[in-house]
Amino acid sequence: MGIKEIQEEIVDEFSMFEDWMQRYEYMIELGKSLPMIKEQYKTDDNIIKGCQSKVWVHAELEGERLVFTADSDAIITKGIIAILIRAFSNQKPMDIIEAETSFIDEIGLKEHLSPTRANGLVSMIKQLKLYAVAYQTQLN
Amino acid sequence: MIQTVFDILSIRCDFPILNRKVNGYPLVYLDNAATSQTPQKVIDAIVDYYSNYNANIHRGVHTLSQEATDVYEQARQKIQKHFNAAKSHEIIFTSGTTHGINLVANGFTSFLKKGDEIVVSALEHHSNIVPWQMLCERTGAVLKVIPMSLEGKLIMEEYHKLLSHRTKLVFCNHVSNALGTINPIEEIIAAAHNVGAAVLVDGAQAAPHIKADVQKLDVDFYVVSAHKMCGPTGVGMLYGKEKWLNKLPPYQGGGEMIAEVTFEKTTYADLPHKFEAGTPNICGGIAFGAALDYMNAIGFDAIAQYEHGLLEYATKELLTIDGLKIYGDTREKTAVISFNIDGLHPYDIGSILDKLGVAVRTGHHCAQPIMDFYKIPGTVRASFSFYNTKEEVDILVASVQRAKSMLS
Repeated sequence: MGIKEIQEEIVDEFSMFEDWMQRYEYMIELGKSLPMIKEQYKTDDNIIKGCQSKVWVHAELEGERLVFTADSDAIITKGIIAILIRAFSNQKPMDIIEAETSFIDEIGLKEHLSPTRANGLVSMIKQLKLYAVAYQTQLN
Repeated sequence: MIQTVFDILSIRCDFPILNRKVNGYPLVYLDNAATSQTPQKVIDAIVDYYSNYNANIHRGVHTLSQEATDVYEQARQKIQKHFNAAKSHEIIFTSGTTHGINLVANGFTSFLKKGDEIVVSALEHHSNIVPWQMLCERTGAVLKVIPMSLEGKLIMEEYHKLLSHRTKLVFCNHVSNALGTINPIEEIIAAAHNVGAAVLVDGAQAAPHIKADVQKLDVDFYVVSAHKMCGPTGVGMLYGKEKWLNKLPPYQGGGEMIAEVTFEKTTYADLPHKFEAGTPNICGGIAFGAALDYMNAIGFDAIAQYEHGLLEYATKELLTIDGLKIYGDTREKTAVISFNIDGLHPYDIGSILDKLGVAVRTGHHCAQPIMDFYKIPGTVRASFSFYNTKEEVDILVASVQRAKSMLS
């Protein structure tokens, strides 16, 4: 499935929820199922700099697809990364670079999109895209 | 038991922001240690200034300038009276606590030499660590740290051991922003003076709760921010003993701070203008004065008594939550509760509380050394003000419980 289709699927899932509590509870569940990063990659180099919770992201090329694993010490943050990884992992670097991210708004997580928010989604998305750019260069 | 020392409902009516809703819930504002809310009287003072007498001060001959100058200088006198400074020119308007600290740290550059020592407490805010580290880099002086205990108190025996003829400056906060601990500054000041060291006390967290008497304390410098005590952001004050302020070189050059300027030499203006280069935050200073009027009309004794009741009640109720740990468990503290729940990240708790309309602070509170000491990434900090209520404490406790059950 392409990034766009996955995003639509996520938006569909979130549209079933009536209030923020259900959305957060689902996000917390997603966080628990996050593909865990291997301990060896939980290094300071792999930390996305944020003020509040720690986020580690590792990227690896499998064939021509980029696979992300991640972890965080905060569960809601983990849920957010889980959503991002579901949309962006196991995709071609170029598709990741070109992907839209407005689905975040549609699933009611707009407040996490603010660039000034500590540990916001924005820096995570930026990091995933930076990995994609780096690996795209390698593929070229 | 929370004392009914004043009419809490009428006080809440003074703060328009307390009527708003956040995420569909009535706002429960418990981030007062970061910034306090603003009463209508202070908002009115700001509107009045811009509506009626907005002008530059100290140099205009016209009526508006004279009026603005008068009210601005009256505000300085209100601050002087509030902190019981001997002279009004010992009160320097700043942009806030951080500005005041930097002004003093910069001034001390010329007084320090290699091998001199500066003593700082382990309970400091970053703003009270970094300027001194920079000062040490500039002068070759050495930074010494008063260690803290698990209860969040300074270990005073160690402090006394750190002092010597090499100590030139001691700085410490009156109240810790991360934990709320009230430090024994009387003892700290007296001991520092015994070895001939000057003392700067950061009163940012104390000022909303405790009326400091700078003469009685015999403190050399005392700094506060207006926005923690019902005033606007971007304004604060530095109190300095006259003899120190005369000794310190100016911090910034510019208009207002000069007596005479030629290209050969400039002579500086007298206190306080020597430290107030450029057009100041006139409206902010005036509103700061209005904020002090407002708080003094309620009375700091009444405020302290009421907030202590809130603190005791909130502490007791929060501790009924399984796995909740409070940091800074001392008797001598202001109405601040810094806590964590076993296995949960403070960021997660704070995010859920926000969804429930409860504003708290999460993170390291700009005091990473304290968090490192406890080996935690941060805490959830609920800080109370005199306009908070017992009912809001109940909402906080219920919301923390809800967050806990969602996150566990």
